[in-house]
Amino acid sequence: MALPPLDSPQWQSSWRAFAWGLRSITQTILTIVLFVTYLGIGALAHDTHFSLLWALASTLFVWAGPAQIILITTLGSGATIIQSAIAVTVSAIRLFPMVVSVLPLMRTPTTKRRELIFAAHLTAVTLWVECHRFLPQVPRERRIAFVHGLGCGLVSVCLCANTVGYFLAANLTQTLGAAILLLTPLSFLFSTARNSREVADIVALGLGILLYPLAAKMNSGLDILVSGVVAGTIAYGVHWWREVRA
Amino acid sequence: MSLAQLSGDWHALAVLFVAGVVPNQIWRMLGLWFGGGIDEGSELLVWVRAVATAILAGVIAQIVVEPPGALASVPDALRYGAVGAGLVAFLLTRRSIFAGVVTGEVFMLAGKWWLG
Repeated sequence: MALPPLDSPQWQSSWRAFAWGLRSITQTILTIVLFVTYLGIGALAHDTHFSLLWALASTLFVWAGPAQIILITTLGSGATIIQSAIAVTVSAIRLFPMVVSVLPLMRTPTTKRRELIFAAHLTAVTLWVECHRFLPQVPRERRIAFVHGLGCGLVSVCLCANTVGYFLAANLTQTLGAAILLLTPLSFLFSTARNSREVADIVALGLGILLYPLAAKMNSGLDILVSGVVAGTIAYGVHWWREVRA
Repeated sequence: MSLAQLSGDWHALAVLFVAGVVPNQIWRMLGLWFGGGIDEGSELLVWVRAVATAILAGVIAQIVVEPPGALASVPDALRYGAVGAGLVAFLLTRRSIFAGVVTGEVFMLAGKWWLG
């Protein structure tokens, strides 16, 4: 399936754009990866004695795989609500720059902030990656509708995956459970790496991974934030240095 | 499984909102609030994007270094090896996400089977 050309009458209605967004979930391997990741989250929720409704609500209202995994594992291992909230919020800081960088792609000079609330809610790593890939092929005034369609499609897939995973959990061996949990870091790593076009992106990704174990040794509870800001700033320095030399 | 087990209690849902939804959504809404005036190609955004990528890298590293649930049953060396093998496959296939993920998974499963 190819998206219609930018000047096609297909783009004249918002509903059509929504439907094209919805259909675009079939055009990316990340949909399958997301399905299996959320299968794992459903299974993890079951094993940690959360209800199915709880798991579905976390997908619907949190909508960030790592945050959901962190929330379930910390609460499951007896952390306090405050400790879990801190761990979740640190993992979620990355959503701030993600939203900041993705919303300008769909904004027009007349777009009001409230029109972007739902798109901001849907923003997570998969949507972020796919927006950069799909949106150049979508007329600017239809991009919000397209993103709503794409996001709703992905959320629906994940809600189904949660339900299947929850009921599968009882029958899952430990090895299979481990394999499902390993999908999250693998898919996040490779989808981010594929989306890296500049040297700075690659430096940020590589250094971010290498610095985390060092930052974790400080045991400040803000490990991911520390390694992220340091690695990201060094990566920006590399970008700046290359610009100056060019 | 009873209906009560599937729906759970209100206390657990309240915890979800306090510890999960609010700490997560606050960053999206801040991005929505402050992102308005920032130009797509600005230098600030280049930095912000680099930090976002590095924080995501930290989340990836955290799951591998301090594994949750069943993943903790896989020995350290095998988890690192699986990521390494996946990375090699990803690079050899000119950045195929599928090849990277499948190779990493097969490496981990084969290692677990071999170790018994």
